[in-house]
This record gives sequence, C-alpha cells and structure tokens, in this order.
Amino acid sequence: MKSTASGLSAWLVQRVTAVYMLLFVLAMTGFLLLYPKHSYAQWSGWVRQPVVAIAVFVFFAALLSHLWVGLRDVLFDYARPAGLRRVLLAALALALAGMALWVIRILF
Amino acid sequence: MPVGALASIGHRLSGVLLAAGLPVAVYLLDISLRDEQGFVEVTRWGNSWAFKGAAFLLAWALAHHILAGVRHLLTDISVGSTLYRARRSGWAVNLGGVAIALLVGALWL
Repeated sequence: MKSTASGLSAWLVQRVTAVYMLLFVLAMTGFLLLYPKHSYAQWSGWVRQPVVAIAVFVFFAALLSHLWVGLRDVLFDYARPAGLRRVLLAALALALAGMALWVIRILF
Repeated sequence: MPVGALASIGHRLSGVLLAAGLPVAVYLLDISLRDEQGFVEVTRWGNSWAFKGAAFLLAWALAHHILAGVRHLLTDISVGSTLYRARRSGWAVNLGGVAIALLVGALWL
C-alpha cells in the first residue's frame, strides 16, 4: 500500500480535497438557495454548463480521493485479519473506480 | 467521554455515513438529469418521510464532518491547540453540527 497515497501525500490529499469540497459545498448551497431550479430544463441546463459540469466533476474527483484515504484508514484500524483487509481494500478501490466512471457518464 | 474524543469519533462516524449515502446521492443526480420524468420523480421522492429522515441524518453528518475538518485544519496551523481552546472548539463542533442539522430540518424538511 506504500505506493497509493500513504504518509505525507495522504495527509496532503485529505487537506487539499477538503478545502476544495468546502468551497464547492458553500458555493453550491448559496447558489441553489439564490436560484432554485424548478424544472428539468432549468436544472439540466444549469448542470450541463461547462463551468458547472467541470466544477462538479472536480468535486467528485476530490470526493473519491478523500474517500479512498478516509475509508482506507478506517479499514486499517478495524478490518482483521490482513487477508480480509486486503479483500475489502480491493473492493473499495473497485467501488470508487466504478463511481468515478458513473459520474463521468452522468456529467458528459 | 472528553469533548474532543466525541468530536473525533463523530468525525469518523459522519464520514462513514456520508460515504454510505454517496451511491444514493449519485443515483438521484443521475435520475434527475436523465429526463423530465426522472426530475419529477426525484422531486416526488424528496417529499417522502424516508428521504427526509435520511436527509436529516446526512445533514448532521455533513455539518459535523465539515466543522470537525475545519477544526483539524486549524490545528494543523497551530490555531486552537491549547487544551482550553481545543475543548471549547470541540463543544462548538459537537453542538454546531446538531444545530445546523436542526436548522436544515426546520427550513427544508
């Protein structure tokens, strides 16, 4: 597991992604409160604007990276024995990769 | 349990809850963007009690996770590391998360 975001780089990934997601969540909440989307045309038209779609895409990229570091730590702490932990880590990696493809298909 | 320990356990618990809710959230996003009918359907689901209960729980999880995360980031740059300040910010995180969830529940659910 050394090669996939451990130690200092995991620490940095967690913080950089956290800051982006914090700004994104505040901006999106504020924007949707000011300009609620009442119809499908409004909603999909807004999300499919390049600026919004890219911001949402970067959000999910950040979120999935953040999830990898966070849930990996949780598995390191609780999943025993090592064999089970390896299986769960592989399942997590697969699930996150699947989610990434899913989000790309939704947005673009 | 010391207030900081509660904030820390809550940070982990809320993170796992948010991760569990993510596939459902992405599914809702997918359906809502698919077509007119999907958008209407997601709006309709949003009015159900099951959805509102889950949304309230996840609102707490998100609020607590963000507040505890910001507390963590501030500790990184040595803000609020003294025991007195850490206890006070621990209380702010634990109560703030619940307060924000109640506010979200009262205003939108």
